[in-house]
Amino acid sequence: MCLAIPGKVEEILTEGDLRIGRVNFGGIVKRVCLDYVPEVQVGDYTIVHVGFALSKIDEETALQTLEDFRAMGMLDEELASEEEALARAASAPQSACPDGSCSAK
Amino acid sequence: MKYLTEFRNGEIAQRMAREIHAVATRPWKIMEVCGGQTHSIIKNGIDQMLPTGIEMIHGPGCPVCVTPLELIDKALAIAAQPGVIFCSFGDMLRVPGTEGDLFQVKGAGGEVRVVYSPLDAVELAVKNPDKQVVFFGVGFETTAPANAMSVHVAKRRGLKNFSLLVSHVLVPPAIEAILSAPDRRIDGFLLAGHVCSVMGYWEYPPLAEKYKVPMVVTGFEPLDLLDGIRRCVIQLEDGRHEVENAYERIVKFEGNQGAQKLLAEVFEVTDRAWRGIGVIPKSGWRLSEAYREFDAEERFQISGIHTAESPLCRSGDVLRGSIKPSECAAFGKQCTPRHPLGATMVSSEGACAAYYNYGRFISAEELAATGAAKQ
Repeated sequence: MCLAIPGKVEEILTEGDLRIGRVNFGGIVKRVCLDYVPEVQVGDYTIVHVGFALSKIDEETALQTLEDFRAMGMLDEELASEEEALARAASAPQSACPDGSCSAK
Repeated sequence: MKYLTEFRNGEIAQRMAREIHAVATRPWKIMEVCGGQTHSIIKNGIDQMLPTGIEMIHGPGCPVCVTPLELIDKALAIAAQPGVIFCSFGDMLRVPGTEGDLFQVKGAGGEVRVVYSPLDAVELAVKNPDKQVVFFGVGFETTAPANAMSVHVAKRRGLKNFSLLVSHVLVPPAIEAILSAPDRRIDGFLLAGHVCSVMGYWEYPPLAEKYKVPMVVTGFEPLDLLDGIRRCVIQLEDGRHEVENAYERIVKFEGNQGAQKLLAEVFEVTDRAWRGIGVIPKSGWRLSEAYREFDAEERFQISGIHTAESPLCRSGDVLRGSIKPSECAAFGKQCTPRHPLGATMVSSEGACAAYYNYGRFISAEELAATGAAKQ
């Protein structure tokens, strides 16, 4: 829940009075608010939590962290689309029950 | 362990673990506050790489876990109302209230939406002027800047149909509550890296000084966690109690000041109930006077909520670090991720769910007795 994921800023737009970036997280692109990181420019890497960039980071760190988070399966939940999140909720149990007491459901 | 050897820096990790073994002469209990770190520690078997005496205690830093049942019930009641679009992050969908969860409310016809960013909920409010759009603002300091901006934008745009159901909690008061408890058993802390990316770590030196405990700002990857533990153990062995930053590539002492400025404008400190723990004074945020009109609890006067927690559940003891999940009699029996009895089994970041999902059904002592646990 409190995980911030590194991504690369590919484009910066102004929407209303918000500074919005298109940020690429290893292939998944999201709209991200850049208001808290005025120093971040196109081509920079930043860590992002729930659509908000919090801090600029260097490319090497970003790529390593992204690789580690992916290997740990920590990206899926943070970057899920609404459809993916609903599909996950539909198959709610995170794992099987050890004593079989809930296998009937 | 299996995972860690496959990890990119498995060799460096082993070297760090050996260094911890070399410096540790006494038993120490170290608490990682953040649920994301708990998840990473258990998943990567980091606790099993440590010397027998170095015990990781899992803290209350999972926002989904500590959101009070009463607030979940309020969310369900609001989401079920006609004319409401109830927005949430995906991880709240299956958190059980006294009766049902948000996913079931959706199945029964409620308009429940999963959003990536709170700003998506603001957009829904703009596009649906005839509906009331409510965002479930759950989180620690990491998530707060996003929620603060959503309310700020809604106010600036004059939106009358957007509100926030606020469940914001703060790390430093929780740490102080743990440290001031009479049965305190924590010797050192790993501070949550991403919370500190927002808030910095200027709030912690007075706590480290007052309670004589070292605190190390730590990241989430296996090497970050091992480095945080290593630095904490070195301080403990030296008899020092400083606040150290082991996550310099992300965290600055002062944090993100732009975010802190908006947080101070939009929120004010309030007492908050933590599920499984109880009320901790000044441990959360609510909307400030200037933004109170966007408070969903004010807009939807939900009353008559009667919550009932399971008498079997010991999540409060787990959240305070008094017991390990596997020491609870209900763990893995009456209480599983499919049928969670309480806070810490609810979220994948909860200590009980992490233990369950990564097969920690037997206690550390039993593991040690078989010779399988420690190196």
